[in-house]
Amino acid sequence: MSNIRALIVDDSSVMRKIVERCLRQAGVELGTVYEASNGAEGLAVIGNNQVDLILSDINMPVMDGLEFVKNLQAAANAKGVPIVMITTEGGEAQVTQALTLGAKGYIRKPFTPDQVKQHVVPLLRAD
Amino acid sequence: MNSEAKTSVQGNDFQQRNQEWRVALYEATAEVFDLMVGEPVARQDNLIAEGPNDTTAMVGLAGALCGVLSIRCSAASAAGIASKMLGEPVESTNSTDQLCDALGEICNMVAGNFKARIEGLQEKCMLSVPTVITGQDYSLHSLADDDRLEVALLFQGGTIILRLEVHG
Repeated sequence: MSNIRALIVDDSSVMRKIVERCLRQAGVELGTVYEASNGAEGLAVIGNNQVDLILSDINMPVMDGLEFVKNLQAAANAKGVPIVMITTEGGEAQVTQALTLGAKGYIRKPFTPDQVKQHVVPLLRAD
Repeated sequence: MNSEAKTSVQGNDFQQRNQEWRVALYEATAEVFDLMVGEPVARQDNLIAEGPNDTTAMVGLAGALCGVLSIRCSAASAAGIASKMLGEPVESTNSTDQLCDALGEICNMVAGNFKARIEGLQEKCMLSVPTVITGQDYSLHSLADDDRLEVALLFQGGTIILRLEVHG
């Protein structure tokens, strides 16, 4: 779990920083951390860069997280990359939709570093 | 959260419902501050009338519950929240983007956490992206029929006011 290239997609820059901090606290040794403020920006990052982990909010302007995950299916650089949704919208329907579209995990805000560790680290080990 | 603690959106009279929702709103906010800000808030209902309005974050709710959840506080309190969330100093005078971002995200998380505590809302109530207003010379006018509840909190010596306006 070293030099992990992560893409964090959230319209809140504060939340992106918190997610990055939680990943480090979870023991994930991060390499390059890419940031995007919506799904469209996230797709642009994926189009030009290979990453090992994607964490995405759902409720965002321009392109929301579910549409982002749906579009990732066609992105060559996203094949096999674990996707974890991090959002306030914790309804069963959205969880199911996100998992159906390819997300491997789901964390509801507010969250603890332990919850990030619990949901993310096994995905990186499995990879 | 214990599902038995969830309150029902239907079947209670108006005052009892508001009392239960006030408790749920406080608990939702306290959890967000504990986990994401890293510093607790204390409930201070006697401070509602003196609440500041330098910075106001709002999130719309639509579906089974239509309305607006707002959080208002001083710029200094917003800076304190942003500083704790980021783990670095944030000035109240020249970091408006960070203040707005932090308070908007807090409002968003409180709204999400609140609706998760009310039976029937989690699946049937959607949230808007947050909107944040800064400055003091403004008034918010709601079309709600006085169906609103407020909770006052103390954070780092400053007052934070939460207001839930119910439109339907």
